[in-house]
Amino acid sequence: MRTRTWAPYALIAPTLVLMAVFLVYPIASVGWFSLRQHTVTQPWKNGFIGFENFRRMLFEDQLFWQSLAFSAKWVVVEVGLQLVLGLVLALIVNETFVGRAIARALVFSPWAVSGVLTTGIWILLYNPSTGIFQQLAQWGIGDPGTSVLGDPATVFPATVITELWRGVPFFAILLLADLQSIPNDLYEAASVDGAGRWRKFVSITLPHLRDAIVLSTLLRAVWEFNNVDLIYTLTGGGPANQTTTLPLYVARKAVDSHDFGYGSALTMAGFVILLFFSILYLRLSKFGSRE
Amino acid sequence: MTQTLTRPATTVVPPPAPPRRRKHRDPSRYFRLHLPLVLYLLFTLIPFYWMLVFAFRPTGRTSLVPWPITFEHFDTVWNGVGFGVFFQNSLIIGVGTLVVVTVFALMGGYALARFKFRGQRVFLLALLCTQFIPGAMMLIPLFVIFKSAGLLNSLTGLVIADTAFQLPLALILMSGFVRNVPVELEEAAMVDGCSRLRAFFAVTLPQLKPAIVAVGSFAFIGAWNNFLFALMFASRQDKFTLPVGLSYALGEFNTDFGALAAGGVVAAVPVVLVFAVVQRFLVQGLSAGAVKG
Repeated sequence: MRTRTWAPYALIAPTLVLMAVFLVYPIASVGWFSLRQHTVTQPWKNGFIGFENFRRMLFEDQLFWQSLAFSAKWVVVEVGLQLVLGLVLALIVNETFVGRAIARALVFSPWAVSGVLTTGIWILLYNPSTGIFQQLAQWGIGDPGTSVLGDPATVFPATVITELWRGVPFFAILLLADLQSIPNDLYEAASVDGAGRWRKFVSITLPHLRDAIVLSTLLRAVWEFNNVDLIYTLTGGGPANQTTTLPLYVARKAVDSHDFGYGSALTMAGFVILLFFSILYLRLSKFGSRE
Repeated sequence: MTQTLTRPATTVVPPPAPPRRRKHRDPSRYFRLHLPLVLYLLFTLIPFYWMLVFAFRPTGRTSLVPWPITFEHFDTVWNGVGFGVFFQNSLIIGVGTLVVVTVFALMGGYALARFKFRGQRVFLLALLCTQFIPGAMMLIPLFVIFKSAGLLNSLTGLVIADTAFQLPLALILMSGFVRNVPVELEEAAMVDGCSRLRAFFAVTLPQLKPAIVAVGSFAFIGAWNNFLFALMFASRQDKFTLPVGLSYALGEFNTDFGALAAGGVVAAVPVVLVFAVVQRFLVQGLSAGAVKG
């Protein structure tokens, strides 16, 4: 239907207005703030300072580099593990077995749980007096240890596992949906040709899933980069800033020290990094090139 | 399920249909299917169970079966701490966002799927770009906007913020769903004298029911779970949502795990139930082609 009317514009108007006011304008203002000294608690110092914030960030701020490095580690580990486990889970619940519908509903359920609630649940599980490790130790399994979230040696794996619990279902759902769109004929034809299970997985399933995998890992990488709820409530970035991501650092600059100018400069750095790696990733993976 | 897709030309002619059932129950199924599934189910369910045990177990007990059960912790959080109010706020925000997002996504999704218009590609690109915008990093400018618009401590304000951040993805998904409804049906109705609007309501909308359920519950769950906006824009306790209430509980109930767990159950039950019902539609809908846009 090729029509020259006002109708499509009227239909997208509410979305455009919301995006302009709550997404476009704020980005522009972050850009503007990043070039200013702007601290709510010291308004007499506010003013335009050019690229001073960026200079300070790149050359003087140890925590910026540290949080950036942790963000990278966090994204790679989380997305990698979520993808592998999500794919395995999707393949399992795509098989036919008794109780499949219930099994699906159960393994997907953590997807609906918020970051804060995930923290609440896992704090109960990890707590040093009545947690799971103490219970296991009572049964003679393992060492009760101390607080897994307070110990620098265990805080990273503990946080990763917590986020995995909530994050794997996202991949499982998306990949399951894509698995179901593979025509059965292909597998039947492959069986006729004598292909084994592994062969079918490598030559039919994986190529079919490629675009879905690229898209879901990219979306998830962005979300995990920006994930604040869970880390903020679970570790608060500690111990000793060990688990501080870049967005968490920004949130702390904004909320605690009210340094809006410097916080905005950090935000701009985050944008640029995300955009750069997203484009690079789409290029390298040749997304959408398969016809 | 039989497939009507054309077979690739290279395949050999299939032999007479093989017997429908497998010859033997394949024993390797236990290792590649049941064992990992059971392990994963344990990983998923033990944390939920742990929360339930703490929520229903009297203070001071340590048994792993919460018996006799008690509702004292629920009484503490619901009436004492104010989770009753938080629940109501979260419900209002969740339902409000669900309605607004679904209606706007239907409108915009229909426009993208059924019209060709100038600026369409730019609009689609802008929608995709929004996925890179971190909500956490927008707190500073959004706070300024909300303050000047008088939207702080207002449930309406939170519905607007949640809507703005969820609408782009909902719209993209919905346009995929609309595209899957054959346009010929609509055109036939219009040839029969329906206006485009009537054709939409009479023909297309009924076909979109699963899509509306999926997109709507996405929006509900997202708004119900949103933490940062509620934390930042609602400082008065009578406007707190469940995640904000929970985050304070994390700090204050450091010793009262029963109350924390009961608050968690209150926050979890509605979304987990909604999700258990709609996950089927979600998989079907995404499978039907919405992923590929």
